[in-house]
Amino acid sequence: MAKKGDWVRIHNIVLKAEQRTGKLPEDTKNSDLQMWTKGFLQEESAEVGDEVTVETACGRIEKGTLYEENPHYTHSYGEFVPEIIEIDRTLREILRGGDK
Amino acid sequence: MAQLAKDYDSVMGRSNEIMKEALGLDYAPFESGSVAFDYEALMKATNYTIDEINRIQSRTGVGSTPLLELRNITAFARKYAKPGYGARIFVKDEAANASGSFKDRRAACAVAHAKKLGYKGVVAATSGNYGAAVASQAAMQGLECIIVQECYDSKGVGQPEIVEKARKCEALGAEVIQLTVGPELFYTTLSVIEDTGYFNASLYSPYGIAGIETLGYEIAMQCREKIGKDPDMVVCTNAGGGMVTGTARGLIKAGCKDTKVVAASIDLTGLSMASDVDFNRKSCTTGHTGFGVPYATDPDHSDVPRSAARPLRYMDEYVTTTQGEVMYMTEMLANLEGLERGPAGNTALACAFSLAQELPEDAVLVVSETEYTGAGKHIQPQLAFAKENGIDVRFGNPQEEDKPGTNLILPKDPSFIKHKVADLKHFKQSRIKKAVKKAGCEPNEADLVYLAEEVKEDVAFVKETLGL
Repeated sequence: MAKKGDWVRIHNIVLKAEQRTGKLPEDTKNSDLQMWTKGFLQEESAEVGDEVTVETACGRIEKGTLYEENPHYTHSYGEFVPEIIEIDRTLREILRGGDK
Repeated sequence: MAQLAKDYDSVMGRSNEIMKEALGLDYAPFESGSVAFDYEALMKATNYTIDEINRIQSRTGVGSTPLLELRNITAFARKYAKPGYGARIFVKDEAANASGSFKDRRAACAVAHAKKLGYKGVVAATSGNYGAAVASQAAMQGLECIIVQECYDSKGVGQPEIVEKARKCEALGAEVIQLTVGPELFYTTLSVIEDTGYFNASLYSPYGIAGIETLGYEIAMQCREKIGKDPDMVVCTNAGGGMVTGTARGLIKAGCKDTKVVAASIDLTGLSMASDVDFNRKSCTTGHTGFGVPYATDPDHSDVPRSAARPLRYMDEYVTTTQGEVMYMTEMLANLEGLERGPAGNTALACAFSLAQELPEDAVLVVSETEYTGAGKHIQPQLAFAKENGIDVRFGNPQEEDKPGTNLILPKDPSFIKHKVADLKHFKQSRIKKAVKKAGCEPNEADLVYLAEEVKEDVAFVKETLGL
């Protein structure tokens, strides 16, 4: 449960699929246009899924569905990619004098 | 004041007035009423000389980046060139700018101008390095900042590189609004601009483009100081056209008469830029033909009435490469030169590696940028993400096997890194026809001169294109 003043992430449907504009590929046209932003929770308390209000980093008031409490990033340097090691080996071999 | 309706049609219907308020610039006086508009007058309207821009940028940690000679990569390129060939390759290390890319040059001017005009904040619609640049400049210059990004597919899966840029914008104090795929991002941006009254720090404003001129100018000056001559060729990664336009204008201002300006993009033919499914099937988020070609042939479909980025006015050649070659060159830059930099900025470098092989050894080739690297924005997470999305990552011959969205072909060895020459004449003809069609009138004599300037050709070329 998030409390007033907690930093949270909210979600909104900006346009439902049927409201989307003409010149779009079918896959995009069949999807809702969704939006996420973050801010300080304004309600006393809320659960994920509740309709809430937040004050964003620049002081804007935005409404939406509570999506994530204490939002954090999980992007990384990714899993091991053996091809990269192979590139390094090829380059070093050429550098050491082999033609390929 | 009555509450304005905020639905899609209402906001889009107010687009012109919202934009005029948010740009602090009326574009109407530059229009001729037919096809032409006065591009140079638009650029002069910024009222900033290159010295003033330099002053603005140097106050905020932007510009005067090192020009580095890539000696080991040059030696490698010469292994694959005929005797006496293989130009000296240099790179402008733009990752040394405050937020890690050449976009700081654009943002420094746009934000300084917003501040001068009294705006309380800036908004930019961008999924690229420009977001971090605007956020960084806004932080330094004391303005609020909102970045609007296209970041996720409809399942909520984010492109790692764009997610990293969101993180960076937030770290620099900005609010980030993230959207799923689709051009209606413009509606959200307009709506936020209208609600906040902030400045539209468009990538395509004359302030932004004027900010890049210092890059071309510095390249010329550093070449003269270090090597004692002007660069023979400058290779610029091309997406929205700003890099090519600004760099070339700076080179011209520095008096470089014989420097060839080459635009370089990753060929993503076959992938739709507005497709939800294709969104996460590409391994580069910019520097590709999905932006490069439409923005070159129709620059005025951006978020300003007339884009100041008009690359066909300046490019002498347009070449393409592939995602696999750019990944490979990024690794080569790290391994052979000790420079770990972000992949998308190395598009021009991949082309430069083979372009250099066509130039004599005493020629000087400058790659106009590098960009910062980090989690998500690196070849390892991009290749891992490609594999997760079912892309066939393997070694091979990119020239023959590359199929964007299906595979990612890493060159078997550096001899398989080869640029392709794009049909620039076709793009020029397309630009001319689109401009005339958009104006919806017969071009007059002044229009023909304008169209010739638009594509760096003569009036006869324009007439031939239009069958006149």
